[in-house]
Amino acid sequence: MSLDLAVIGAGPAGGSAALEAARLGLSVALVEESAAPGGQVWRAPGAGLAAGTDPDAMAGAALRAAIAAAPIERLFGARVWLIGRAEHGFRIDLVREGRAETIEARALLLATGAHERIVPFPGWTLPGVIGLAAATILLKSQRMLPGRRVVVAGCGPLLAVVAAGILKAGGQVAAVVDLDSRTGWLAALPALAARPDLLAQGAGWVARILRAGVPIFSRHTVIAAEGTDAVQHVRIAPCDADGAPMPGAAARVIEADALAIGHGLVPDTAATRLLRAEHRFDPDRGGWHAVRDAEMQSSVPGLWLAGETGGIGGAAVAELSGRMAGASVAHAAGRLDGAAYRAIAEPLRARLAKASRAGAAMARKMRAREAMVAAIAPDTVVCRCEDVTRAEIEAAIADGAGDVNQLKQWTRCGMGPCQGRMCGEAAAGILARHVGGREAAGLWTGRAPLRPVPMQALLGDFDYADIPIPPPAPP
Amino acid sequence: MKGPRGAPVRILVDGQPIAACQGESLAAALLAAGILRLRDSPRAGAPRGAFCFMGVCQECVVQVDGATAQACQVPVEDGMVVLLVGPHAA
Repeated sequence: MSLDLAVIGAGPAGGSAALEAARLGLSVALVEESAAPGGQVWRAPGAGLAAGTDPDAMAGAALRAAIAAAPIERLFGARVWLIGRAEHGFRIDLVREGRAETIEARALLLATGAHERIVPFPGWTLPGVIGLAAATILLKSQRMLPGRRVVVAGCGPLLAVVAAGILKAGGQVAAVVDLDSRTGWLAALPALAARPDLLAQGAGWVARILRAGVPIFSRHTVIAAEGTDAVQHVRIAPCDADGAPMPGAAARVIEADALAIGHGLVPDTAATRLLRAEHRFDPDRGGWHAVRDAEMQSSVPGLWLAGETGGIGGAAVAELSGRMAGASVAHAAGRLDGAAYRAIAEPLRARLAKASRAGAAMARKMRAREAMVAAIAPDTVVCRCEDVTRAEIEAAIADGAGDVNQLKQWTRCGMGPCQGRMCGEAAAGILARHVGGREAAGLWTGRAPLRPVPMQALLGDFDYADIPIPPPAPP
Repeated sequence: MKGPRGAPVRILVDGQPIAACQGESLAAALLAAGILRLRDSPRAGAPRGAFCFMGVCQECVVQVDGATAQACQVPVEDGMVVLLVGPHAA
């Protein structure tokens, strides 16, 4: 089948884009890895579990209902492993219900979202240590607590979301450990005032945490998680404004059976790197992100971008950029004339500018902190998939690895099943210290498969006996 | 946590019966059952468990009914047979 548009990712960005494009008459396929649309922020509750009543849960339910009612080809539970050019547009290879499928579309819209940055520390690989985003998934989608007694640590708005979520669910928060100072939050308020809904939501979370009497350690960082088979206690210490532990400061030990920790969000650029789109590094937008113009088009003809893939901005920016991108594809396909497109796009542009201000304030709070990377101990594992330590990375750099791709070939760091999504930020940060910054350290070359896929699914019914045997050469 | 849960199901993890509820991911069900160590790391043999819960980190990879799968991406089903990966599980 050849469609007008394939959208990959059904969060606020991709979901809204598919809806807008379908409304304007395009034939659209919406491809999503999870079983239901919503992305991370508007994630669907598991089947049979009660839906939440918070604004994110309601927005997710509305998106899912709209997509279910729209004339959209819905490919959910689909794992995209390869994207390439086809004769008229793009070819997308995916695995769904154990079987390989291929779709073709004249235009492609990537809305692959973000994943979490977690700067390595001793014990971060212990079971019981999870991401802040992971904790939100457990709370929102599984209605489950991450542990009996949880330390919530890192930076950005997810700290308050997770701590308040645990308390609301009747759980115990052992401590909130915030890289930021107390005044850091106040400094972000003027920008947040552009989104009164966010301000009210944030105030509600903070009030709940204060009311519960949870100890809050501002300007503190986790220096270790300790335990034998799983985390048993968390060691924290005061840090400077850049997240580096203060030399000589006394550590504090907190008993806990879970640690939820996160140091910001990173745009997922695996697919845009695979398609060799132009990328730019901006620490205030999550670091490396794919470049898009005001019409949401990338540098690759026929490739549109929406949401966090084009820089961290939050759910409101994602939704608006998705609608904009959907209309832009329809305009490029000739389904909308200039005047009709402007009538849709101009009001969106104004709202997008306002939402972007609030998103930028949040993204700045979640920026990568170079001093934290500098403080990673030599024997700490950086690459979880391949067990590569800081010392091994430093040895490769000393031997001459000058960019992240050489570093990968030298050490296998970033070569494992996660494809560098967990270690990429830290490894590049370590290299950046030696080569003059993250831009000089370079961008990981995008490679297929985008996700691990079982060989059986790709082979299908193909058997040994199906291998064509050429006729023997004449004697 | 409060709120209705899915119908009770039973899964087998390394031969041990574990109670779970429909609608839960396998990773969440294992966490609820107190099974945190899902595999050992490839070089150091260190304990590992579910980390990102969103299908990115690949730390929760186990064997589900004979096939390799990410526990966080698989909903539990009654009678599911799960084998944990790694030397500790042998």
